[in-house]
Amino acid sequence: MKIEDRLVNNVTILDVSGKITIGEGSIEVRNKVRSLLEAGKKDILLNLGDVSYVDSSGIGELVSCYTTVTNQGGQLKLLNLTKKMQELLAITKLLTVFDTYNDEGAALSSYQ
Amino acid sequence: MREVLAISDKADTRAQVNLSFASAFSYIDLVQDVSDNITKIIGFDDDARYWIGMSIRESVINAIQHGNGEDESKKVGVCFSAFSDRLVISVQDQGEGFDISKVPDPTDPKNLLKPSGRGIFYVRSFMDAVSFNERPGGGLEVRLEKRLNKANQGEDDED
Repeated sequence: MKIEDRLVNNVTILDVSGKITIGEGSIEVRNKVRSLLEAGKKDILLNLGDVSYVDSSGIGELVSCYTTVTNQGGQLKLLNLTKKMQELLAITKLLTVFDTYNDEGAALSSYQ
Repeated sequence: MREVLAISDKADTRAQVNLSFASAFSYIDLVQDVSDNITKIIGFDDDARYWIGMSIRESVINAIQHGNGEDESKKVGVCFSAFSDRLVISVQDQGEGFDISKVPDPTDPKNLLKPSGRGIFYVRSFMDAVSFNERPGGGLEVRLEKRLNKANQGEDDED
Protein backbone atom coordinates (compact mmCIF):
# COMPACT_ATOMS: atom_id res chain seq x y z
CA MET A 1 0.00 0.00 0.00
CA LYS A 2 1.12 3.54 -0.73
CA ILE A 3 -0.04 6.91 0.59
CA GLU A 4 0.90 10.19 -1.06
CA ASP A 5 -0.19 13.53 0.28
CA ARG A 6 -0.83 16.86 -1.35
CA LEU A 7 -2.17 20.10 0.07
CA VAL A 8 -4.95 21.86 -1.84
CA ASN A 9 -6.78 24.90 -0.36
CA ASN A 10 -5.62 23.95 3.15
CA VAL A 11 -7.08 20.46 2.80
CA THR A 12 -4.63 17.54 2.86
CA ILE A 13 -5.56 15.01 0.23
CA LEU A 14 -4.21 11.52 0.88
CA ASP A 15 -4.05 9.46 -2.29
CA VAL A 16 -4.18 5.90 -1.01
CA SER A 17 -3.43 2.93 -3.25
CA GLY A 18 -3.20 -0.81 -2.59
CA LYS A 19 -4.74 -2.78 0.24
CA ILE A 20 -6.18 -1.50 3.51
CA THR A 21 -6.25 -4.75 5.45
CA ILE A 22 -5.29 -6.14 8.83
CA GLY A 23 -1.75 -7.13 7.92
CA GLU A 24 -0.95 -4.40 5.48
CA GLY A 25 -2.46 -0.96 5.11
CA SER A 26 -4.48 -0.32 8.27
CA ILE A 27 -1.56 0.88 10.37
CA GLU A 28 -0.10 3.05 7.60
CA VAL A 29 -3.36 5.00 7.26
CA ARG A 30 -3.57 5.44 11.03
CA ASN A 31 0.02 6.66 11.33
CA LYS A 32 -0.33 9.05 8.42
CA VAL A 33 -3.51 10.62 9.82
CA ARG A 34 -1.91 10.92 13.28
CA SER A 35 1.17 12.66 11.89
CA LEU A 36 -1.03 15.13 9.99
CA LEU A 37 -2.98 15.92 13.17
CA GLU A 38 0.28 16.45 15.06
CA ALA A 39 1.32 18.92 12.36
CA GLY A 40 -1.97 20.77 12.85
CA LYS A 41 -3.44 19.63 9.54
CA LYS A 42 -6.95 18.71 10.54
CA ASP A 43 -8.86 18.85 7.27
CA ILE A 44 -8.19 15.57 5.52
CA LEU A 45 -9.62 14.06 2.36
CA LEU A 46 -8.92 10.37 1.80
CA ASN A 47 -8.84 9.54 -1.89
CA LEU A 48 -9.60 5.81 -2.01
CA GLY A 49 -10.04 5.43 -5.77
CA ASP A 50 -6.95 3.24 -6.16
CA VAL A 51 -7.59 1.01 -3.15
CA SER A 52 -7.66 -2.54 -4.46
CA TYR A 53 -8.94 -4.31 -1.36
CA VAL A 54 -10.34 -3.45 2.04
CA ASP A 55 -11.41 -5.78 4.85
CA SER A 56 -13.34 -5.19 8.09
CA SER A 57 -10.13 -4.06 9.80
CA GLY A 58 -9.58 -1.49 7.08
CA ILE A 59 -13.16 -0.24 7.42
CA GLY A 60 -12.62 -0.11 11.20
CA GLU A 61 -9.48 1.91 10.68
CA LEU A 62 -11.36 4.46 8.57
CA VAL A 63 -13.93 4.77 11.36
CA SER A 64 -11.15 5.17 13.91
CA CYS A 65 -9.45 7.89 11.87
CA TYR A 66 -12.78 9.65 11.42
CA THR A 67 -13.38 9.67 15.19
CA THR A 68 -9.84 10.86 16.00
CA VAL A 69 -9.96 13.70 13.46
CA THR A 70 -13.47 14.78 14.49
CA ASN A 71 -12.52 14.77 18.18
CA GLN A 72 -9.68 17.14 17.39
CA GLY A 73 -11.98 19.56 15.63
CA GLY A 74 -11.05 18.51 12.11
CA GLN A 75 -12.91 16.95 9.24
CA LEU A 76 -12.14 13.65 7.52
CA LYS A 77 -14.01 12.92 4.32
CA LEU A 78 -13.83 10.20 1.68
CA LEU A 79 -13.30 10.60 -2.04
CA ASN A 80 -13.76 8.12 -4.92
CA LEU A 81 -15.05 5.09 -3.05
CA THR A 82 -14.87 1.92 -5.11
CA LYS A 83 -18.17 0.09 -5.68
CA LYS A 84 -17.14 -2.66 -3.26
CA MET A 85 -16.14 -0.20 -0.56
CA GLN A 86 -19.40 1.69 -1.00
CA GLU A 87 -21.28 -1.56 -0.43
CA LEU A 88 -19.25 -2.39 2.68
CA LEU A 89 -19.98 1.05 4.13
CA ALA A 90 -23.65 0.90 3.12
CA ILE A 91 -24.52 -2.41 4.76
CA THR A 92 -22.90 -1.37 8.03
CA LYS A 93 -24.73 2.00 7.84
CA LEU A 94 -21.44 3.90 7.69
CA LEU A 95 -22.53 5.92 4.66
CA THR A 96 -24.65 7.81 7.20
CA VAL A 97 -21.46 8.65 9.14
CA PHE A 98 -18.98 9.55 6.40
CA ASP A 99 -19.20 12.47 4.03
CA THR A 100 -18.37 10.91 0.66
CA TYR A 101 -17.67 12.45 -2.75
CA ASN A 102 -16.97 11.32 -6.29
CA ASP A 103 -15.62 14.69 -7.38
CA GLU A 104 -12.49 16.21 -5.89
CA GLY A 105 -13.58 19.80 -6.52
CA ALA A 106 -16.91 19.26 -4.80
CA ALA A 107 -15.17 17.54 -1.91
CA LEU A 108 -12.73 20.43 -1.48
CA SER A 109 -15.49 23.08 -1.57
CA SER A 110 -17.34 21.24 1.20
CA TYR A 111 -14.56 22.11 3.69
CA GLN A 112 -15.19 25.86 3.38
CA MET B 1 -8.89 -30.74 12.42
CA ARG B 2 -9.63 -34.33 11.35
CA GLU B 3 -13.41 -34.47 11.49
CA VAL B 4 -13.94 -32.27 8.40
CA LEU B 5 -12.64 -35.11 6.22
CA ALA B 6 -15.97 -36.84 6.64
CA ILE B 7 -17.46 -34.36 4.16
CA SER B 8 -15.46 -35.91 1.32
CA ASP B 9 -17.50 -39.09 1.59
CA LYS B 10 -20.45 -37.32 0.02
CA ALA B 11 -20.84 -38.53 -3.53
CA ASP B 12 -21.38 -35.14 -5.14
CA THR B 13 -18.22 -33.51 -3.76
CA ARG B 14 -16.25 -32.29 -6.79
CA ALA B 15 -13.16 -31.18 -4.95
CA GLN B 16 -11.97 -30.85 -1.43
CA VAL B 17 -9.04 -28.75 -0.32
CA ASN B 18 -7.78 -28.85 3.25
CA LEU B 19 -5.38 -26.27 4.62
CA SER B 20 -3.84 -26.25 8.05
CA PHE B 21 -1.47 -23.53 9.21
CA ALA B 22 -0.09 -21.69 12.23
CA SER B 23 -2.05 -18.72 13.60
CA ALA B 24 -0.30 -16.02 11.59
CA PHE B 25 -1.81 -13.40 9.29
CA SER B 26 0.85 -14.16 6.68
CA TYR B 27 -1.19 -17.22 5.62
CA ILE B 28 -4.31 -15.25 4.75
CA ASP B 29 -3.31 -14.59 1.15
CA LEU B 30 -2.77 -18.33 0.62
CA VAL B 31 -6.33 -19.00 1.79
CA GLN B 32 -7.58 -16.18 -0.43
CA ASP B 33 -5.77 -17.68 -3.46
CA VAL B 34 -7.40 -21.08 -2.88
CA SER B 35 -10.77 -19.37 -2.52
CA ASP B 36 -10.30 -17.40 -5.76
CA ASN B 37 -9.39 -20.56 -7.65
CA ILE B 38 -12.06 -22.85 -6.30
CA THR B 39 -14.88 -20.31 -6.71
CA LYS B 40 -13.82 -19.84 -10.33
CA ILE B 41 -13.90 -23.59 -10.96
CA ILE B 42 -17.40 -23.87 -9.44
CA GLY B 43 -18.53 -21.05 -11.72
CA PHE B 44 -19.33 -18.10 -9.49
CA ASP B 45 -19.21 -14.65 -11.10
CA ASP B 46 -16.57 -12.08 -10.14
CA ASP B 47 -18.71 -10.28 -7.56
CA ALA B 48 -19.68 -13.51 -5.78
CA ARG B 49 -16.06 -14.68 -5.81
CA TYR B 50 -14.97 -11.41 -4.26
CA TRP B 51 -17.52 -11.57 -1.43
CA ILE B 52 -16.92 -15.27 -0.76
CA GLY B 53 -13.17 -14.58 -0.61
CA MET B 54 -13.71 -11.73 1.80
CA SER B 55 -16.02 -13.84 4.01
CA ILE B 56 -13.44 -16.60 4.25
CA ARG B 57 -10.73 -14.07 4.94
CA GLU B 58 -12.75 -12.49 7.75
CA SER B 59 -13.48 -15.92 9.26
CA VAL B 60 -9.80 -16.88 9.16
CA ILE B 61 -8.78 -13.56 10.73
CA ASN B 62 -11.29 -14.21 13.54
CA ALA B 63 -9.91 -17.73 14.02
CA ILE B 64 -6.33 -16.43 14.24
CA GLN B 65 -7.07 -13.36 16.33
CA HIS B 66 -10.04 -14.13 18.57
CA GLY B 67 -10.00 -17.94 18.46
CA ASN B 68 -6.33 -18.77 18.81
CA GLY B 69 -5.27 -15.41 20.27
CA GLU B 70 -2.49 -15.14 17.64
CA ASP B 71 -0.72 -18.02 19.40
CA GLU B 72 1.33 -19.49 16.54
CA SER B 73 1.54 -22.88 18.25
CA LYS B 74 -2.22 -23.20 17.65
CA LYS B 75 -3.43 -24.18 14.21
CA VAL B 76 -6.20 -22.91 11.96
CA GLY B 77 -7.83 -25.37 9.59
CA VAL B 78 -9.74 -24.39 6.48
CA CYS B 79 -11.61 -26.99 4.48
CA PHE B 80 -13.13 -26.09 1.10
CA SER B 81 -15.72 -28.55 -0.21
CA ALA B 82 -16.78 -27.80 -3.75
CA PHE B 83 -20.05 -29.24 -5.02
CA SER B 84 -21.62 -28.74 -8.44
CA ASP B 85 -24.07 -26.21 -7.02
CA ARG B 86 -22.41 -24.80 -3.91
CA LEU B 87 -19.27 -24.20 -1.92
CA VAL B 88 -19.01 -25.14 1.75
CA ILE B 89 -16.12 -23.81 3.81
CA SER B 90 -15.25 -24.87 7.32
CA VAL B 91 -12.87 -22.67 9.33
CA GLN B 92 -11.63 -24.24 12.56
CA ASP B 93 -9.56 -22.92 15.42
CA GLN B 94 -8.20 -24.33 18.66
CA GLY B 95 -9.42 -21.52 20.91
CA GLU B 96 -11.93 -21.26 23.72
CA GLY B 97 -14.93 -20.54 21.50
CA PHE B 98 -17.31 -17.66 22.05
CA ASP B 99 -20.99 -16.92 22.43
CA ILE B 100 -22.14 -15.66 19.05
CA SER B 101 -25.30 -14.19 20.61
CA LYS B 102 -23.11 -11.77 22.56
CA VAL B 103 -21.51 -10.23 19.48
CA PRO B 104 -22.94 -6.71 19.28
CA ASP B 105 -24.80 -5.51 16.19
CA PRO B 106 -22.42 -3.10 14.40
CA THR B 107 -25.36 -1.32 12.76
CA ASP B 108 -26.87 -0.35 16.12
CA PRO B 109 -26.45 3.47 16.32
CA LYS B 110 -24.48 3.12 19.56
CA ASN B 111 -21.95 0.83 17.84
CA LEU B 112 -21.56 2.67 14.53
CA LEU B 113 -18.31 4.39 15.52
CA LYS B 114 -16.67 1.35 17.08
CA PRO B 115 -13.46 0.46 15.26
CA SER B 116 -14.09 -3.30 15.33
CA GLY B 117 -16.92 -5.83 15.32
CA ARG B 118 -17.95 -5.84 11.64
CA GLY B 119 -16.28 -9.04 10.41
CA ILE B 120 -19.02 -11.54 11.31
CA PHE B 121 -21.69 -9.12 10.13
CA TYR B 122 -20.06 -8.98 6.70
CA VAL B 123 -19.73 -12.77 6.57
CA ARG B 124 -23.43 -13.20 7.36
CA SER B 125 -24.35 -10.58 4.76
CA PHE B 126 -22.46 -12.22 1.90
CA MET B 127 -22.93 -15.95 2.53
CA ASP B 128 -26.18 -17.96 2.27
CA ALA B 129 -25.67 -19.87 5.51
CA VAL B 130 -23.30 -19.38 8.44
CA SER B 131 -23.15 -21.53 11.54
CA PHE B 132 -20.91 -21.57 14.58
CA ASN B 133 -20.28 -24.92 16.21
CA GLU B 134 -18.17 -25.97 19.14
CA ARG B 135 -15.71 -28.63 18.03
CA PRO B 136 -15.53 -31.84 20.00
CA GLY B 137 -12.29 -31.58 21.92
CA GLY B 138 -12.25 -27.77 21.91
CA GLY B 139 -12.18 -24.89 19.49
CA LEU B 140 -14.74 -23.38 17.19
CA GLU B 141 -15.86 -24.33 13.71
CA VAL B 142 -17.42 -21.67 11.51
CA ARG B 143 -19.22 -23.20 8.58
CA LEU B 144 -20.02 -21.06 5.57
CA GLU B 145 -22.09 -21.97 2.55
CA LYS B 146 -22.66 -20.22 -0.76
CA ARG B 147 -25.00 -21.64 -3.36
CA LEU B 148 -24.58 -21.20 -7.08
CA ASN B 149 -27.65 -19.70 -8.75
CA LYS B 150 -28.59 -17.74 -11.85
CA ALA B 151 -27.84 -14.43 -10.15
CA ASN B 152 -24.26 -15.21 -9.13
CA GLN B 153 -23.14 -17.52 -11.93
CA GLY B 154 -20.27 -16.51 -14.19
CA GLU B 155 -20.98 -16.18 -17.93
CA ASP B 156 -18.44 -18.78 -19.01
CA ASP B 157 -19.82 -21.46 -16.71
CA GLU B 158 -20.58 -24.64 -18.61
CA ASP B 159 -22.80 -26.40 -16.08
